[in-house]
Amino acid sequence: MRLTFFYLTILLLPAVTIAAPLEPVDPLDYRGGAWSPYLVGGLIGVLSWLTFLFSNKALGASSQYATAAGGLGKAIAPRHTSSLKYFRDNPPKFGWGMMLIIGMLLGATAAAITGDEFTPQFLPEMWVDRFGEETYLLRGLTAFAGGLFMAFGARLAGGCTSGHGISGTMQLSVGSWIAATCFFIGGIATAFLLYRL
Amino acid sequence: MTDLTKPQSRKSYHLQFGLLFGIVFGFLLQKGGVGKFHVLIGQLLLDDWTVVKIMASAVIVGMIGIYSLHSAGRVELHIKATKLGPNIIGGLLFGSGFALAAYCPGTNIAALGQGNWDAVIVAMGLIAGSYLFAEASSVISRTIDNWGDYGKLTLPEVMHLPARYLVPLLAIILTALLWTIERLN
Repeated sequence: MRLTFFYLTILLLPAVTIAAPLEPVDPLDYRGGAWSPYLVGGLIGVLSWLTFLFSNKALGASSQYATAAGGLGKAIAPRHTSSLKYFRDNPPKFGWGMMLIIGMLLGATAAAITGDEFTPQFLPEMWVDRFGEETYLLRGLTAFAGGLFMAFGARLAGGCTSGHGISGTMQLSVGSWIAATCFFIGGIATAFLLYRL
Repeated sequence: MTDLTKPQSRKSYHLQFGLLFGIVFGFLLQKGGVGKFHVLIGQLLLDDWTVVKIMASAVIVGMIGIYSLHSAGRVELHIKATKLGPNIIGGLLFGSGFALAAYCPGTNIAALGQGNWDAVIVAMGLIAGSYLFAEASSVISRTIDNWGDYGKLTLPEVMHLPARYLVPLLAIILTALLWTIERLN
């Protein structure tokens, strides 16, 4: 009985929240980037020359989550995980890409601390202004579902906003331009449903 | 002193380079503001153009350098196959997940670095979604993965325009796009 109630709450919570009148929010009311986006973008461009030149690699992030999934899978269910086609073709291995992710975490933390922007929080300000305080469960669910869809979509499409959106488009790959366009079409449509209705 | 211009010594520092490049990438993403929920959602609502500005400037600078280095024989390209079905279906699915999560796989790390703990849940979702894809991977490889598979395909090939003309042309178009965005806002 109690369990049924719990599941009902999870199922109904998004509906209830959406049915309740939501506050209109303006993303520009909050503090933006510390540095000029042109400077940051230009430097990411230069960084990509260096990764090609010194590591023979393109910048990308999403496949490392698959590496982590494969690593975890091998620890929990080794036989089953090794039988899956994706992990047979892409054995989860700790390498350059995972070092890149570890570095990114260190670099972002350093940037946040030096810029006085290390702000520990679970609910982002704009989220709270839109969906209300104490909406931990709703944010948790959307964050998890968002991650799930992104990973499945990125593996299907062959990359994410970094791998296709930046590295692929700058190499003038046709598939990357198509995928990046679809990232924005899907993203804009969903964002308008969530924040403009 | 190791000579890093020699491929062999580059190889022995492979992991260190990954870490170093990651530090720079993460630092830049956070400074650019793309570790922030409202900047990312703001782009998808077409209010805040930071994400497009960063991506377009990275593409302009990146493609000029990489195609120059490539024509000088200094770097190899890393082009993924163009597959219309997977690119479009996966792309749309990715986009809707992006709007739900607000952080994409790379900027999620930047979000984590500045203390946005909801990014931990996004990372869990990303790991779960990757495993789910692996579960479906043999079915997908026999179906969706073959829809509109053109192999490695580049814009210079489809447009019959050599990169030495297309790269400057695209740089001008993207600069004009950025200039227009700047004027309109």
